[in-house]
Amino acid sequence: MTTTMNNHIDEATIEADPTLPIIRMTRDFAATPAQLLKAHTDPDLFTRWVGPNGMDTRIIEWDVRDGGAWRYVAGREGEEYAFRGCFHRVGDDVIVQTFTFEGMPEDVSLETLRFEDLGDGRTRLHAQSLVDSFEGRDAWLRSGMETGVNEGYAKLDAMLASGDV
Amino acid sequence: MSDQLSRVFAALADPTRRDMVARLTTSDATVGELAGPYDVSVQAVSKHLKVLEDAGLVSRSREAQRRPVHLEAEVFDLMTKWIERYRRQAEERYSRLDAVLAEMNEQEDPQTKEGTAS
Repeated sequence: MTTTMNNHIDEATIEADPTLPIIRMTRDFAATPAQLLKAHTDPDLFTRWVGPNGMDTRIIEWDVRDGGAWRYVAGREGEEYAFRGCFHRVGDDVIVQTFTFEGMPEDVSLETLRFEDLGDGRTRLHAQSLVDSFEGRDAWLRSGMETGVNEGYAKLDAMLASGDV
Repeated sequence: MSDQLSRVFAALADPTRRDMVARLTTSDATVGELAGPYDVSVQAVSKHLKVLEDAGLVSRSREAQRRPVHLEAEVFDLMTKWIERYRRQAEERYSRLDAVLAEMNEQEDPQTKEGTAS
């Protein structure tokens, strides 16, 4: 679980903050901060990796500037999910933006992405998402689970319900 | 219910408590034994234990006077799986980003090096 300063973080690490409804993720990339910024702000590049997994992303609005709005639709087999938000701040090594799933328009998260130059053409991405409640955060983490995991979850529910926990 | 789940997440988000949980995977331990490696008081360790206990991650037997702390490994495994699933999804996304960046590197290759050289 521990990571020293000199280690590469080649696989995403994740942390749920104990005192604030925040999710933090860290990941190293073989790229410069400028390239990472471009991969996050160039619409053609962004849609190639953003996901969700197995979905095609279509950008509707993409105004990359402080105060500019963005909106995209992710689709799979006729189902469509729209997301939108605002680029609050776009700097050389930082993006601060809001993020909303339009199916839950009142739930807004504040995302801060920092691109830390590690030298040698490597950059560490620090991604932080602040949501407005612990329930919201944990529901969000839960949404990462799909088939099979619900089983484990149901088991945990049962354990909690029966007082085993 | 979801409140209880939040507590498990919160309990595991603290590095000292994660460490204590890791220690307990090998065997049960008393509060004193748990406090050993840390530069903190037994009271502080007890506080951490209280959080872990409230989250259902550990229990303390009532019978013996030394009251050893026991890890409820089943809950711990479930939580790890839960968050691991989310992490893996993020990792899939970042792997795709790796590929995009590699392509950008190839296209820019002749000019990119001087930027970060010292």
